[in-house]
Amino acid sequence: MNPAYSVIFFTTASGAGYGLLALTAFAASSHGPASSLGFALACIVLSLVLITAGLLSSTAHLGRPERAWRAFSQWRSSWLSREGIVAVVTYPVALAFGLVWSGLVDMPALIRPLGLLTAAMCALTVFCTAMIYRQLTTIPAWANRFAVPGYLLFGLATGAGLLSLLSVVFGRFQAGAGPFQVVLTMILIVAVMALKWFYWRWLEMRPTQFTMAEATGLGDGVRQWEVPHTARNFIMKEMGFQVARAHAQRLQRICLLLLAVALVSMLASLLLPWSVAIAAITLLLAAWTERWLFFAQAEHVSALYYGKTEI
Amino acid sequence: MTTLPAATAKKLGLVIDLDTCVGCQACATSCKEWNAQGEGGPLTDTDPQGADISGPWFNRIHGYEVHEEGRSDSRIVNFPRSCLHCEQPACVTVCPTGASYKRAEDGIVLVNPETCIGCKLCSWACPYGAREYDYTQGVMKKCTLCVDRIYNTNLEPEDQVPACVKACPTGARHFGDLGDESSAVSQLVKERGGFDLMPSMGYKPTNKYLPPRARKETYAAHVAPLAKPDGSVMEKLFSWADKLLSVGSVTAAANPADESGKLEG
Repeated sequence: MNPAYSVIFFTTASGAGYGLLALTAFAASSHGPASSLGFALACIVLSLVLITAGLLSSTAHLGRPERAWRAFSQWRSSWLSREGIVAVVTYPVALAFGLVWSGLVDMPALIRPLGLLTAAMCALTVFCTAMIYRQLTTIPAWANRFAVPGYLLFGLATGAGLLSLLSVVFGRFQAGAGPFQVVLTMILIVAVMALKWFYWRWLEMRPTQFTMAEATGLGDGVRQWEVPHTARNFIMKEMGFQVARAHAQRLQRICLLLLAVALVSMLASLLLPWSVAIAAITLLLAAWTERWLFFAQAEHVSALYYGKTEI
Repeated sequence: MTTLPAATAKKLGLVIDLDTCVGCQACATSCKEWNAQGEGGPLTDTDPQGADISGPWFNRIHGYEVHEEGRSDSRIVNFPRSCLHCEQPACVTVCPTGASYKRAEDGIVLVNPETCIGCKLCSWACPYGAREYDYTQGVMKKCTLCVDRIYNTNLEPEDQVPACVKACPTGARHFGDLGDESSAVSQLVKERGGFDLMPSMGYKPTNKYLPPRARKETYAAHVAPLAKPDGSVMEKLFSWADKLLSVGSVTAAANPADESGKLEG
């Protein structure tokens, strides 16, 4: 599949934003009021800016962005519609949480329920995003059990990196929150590394699901002889994207290397708190690389009509 | 509404005969012409005269070479590919706006160009590559089964069929109700063993394809074997005539190899 940068930026940025917001809200639900107004505002504003930038970028992928409001109507059948609705509903919930948690509205009793609700809405939004890909049986690289945990874990890991960074900036990290944040982020990084490693091995080894023989009904001896058009059409541009195997493997190694750097940086932050900045950045770069590969390595069954013999 | 109708009153669709299709592209060009000026039009092309021509077509004619087990030769099968108006079209259910829909009355799958937001997710959900995005208008386009012809009483009755069916010079395209077992198209599918494309996807296509008919003999059987020399009088006579006519430097030789590097014509 063509790796459209608007969609890659959207899922990477809003994934990190929802991860940061969910972890903040979840932590707040047990810890109570924010340690400082500045820290609370930084967490809420950064997460909402990332989420909003991502969502706006996703509308850049649309042919008719001015009609985007129509996408809220088909929640009965469409995961894309559900994602849109849940994303919009998350805003007032997150704002209400931000107001009570930061202390701008003095209602501490609401921190716990609103924190849990905000975290759940974040998880639900990213789940809906993942399901848009998971549901497509036309793309075996997506329609499998790795897709949903991949989106959720990358969102949490990148969010944890950003939360640790804000925590250092506002001195929370140095004041005692550090070890817990380091352990949490490192667990998430290791989980992401393991998941992607298993996914990439599975992608390489998985048995053939669809063939040109079945697509055309012409039997095993079928071979492409003449293409229907001399220029590349939409199907070839959108679905026919090919990435060389060696190139993909190199990017997989780069992604794992970035995650390993993030892991070491988190560990080092116990001595040098500011090294979490390296972890936060390398996590985002790793998420970007992984998302590009997620598209570039995904083959669509319609390629079987254009010469691909098996998928 | 992108939820699917529980059942459709009719299942209008096409039956495409892979045996008689000659790959002339008449169906594809006729489709493009009708739909570029019909209700769903215009079907715009970008850079139509240039090197990077692009634009949506509802019908694409592939050519496949098929080699059957145990034969020395292959055959060419021309293969028109368009929307199959599936009974379980995930292209419809994934649509976030309701612009894609399947009609309850006849099963035709359509896109409303007035409400489509151009998210392209429906094209990702179609296994058959039947939906093509219109970059000029920012909306998705697809085969309408010529819904603006088949019910159009302004046309002569014989013209109230999809443009591709009307244009086919070999009668390889048939239009009708595949939900009605007694219809001509259903009978044809039954007689000729019509099949679904990629049935394991579970989309239950309405359109059916008729397989190429089996060939009885190999091509080689039609070529008479060369006679062996038998030393007869006639053979000696022809041999003498051949030598006589080949006198001098004029000998029968193959055309000299062209090493000019220029293309013919």
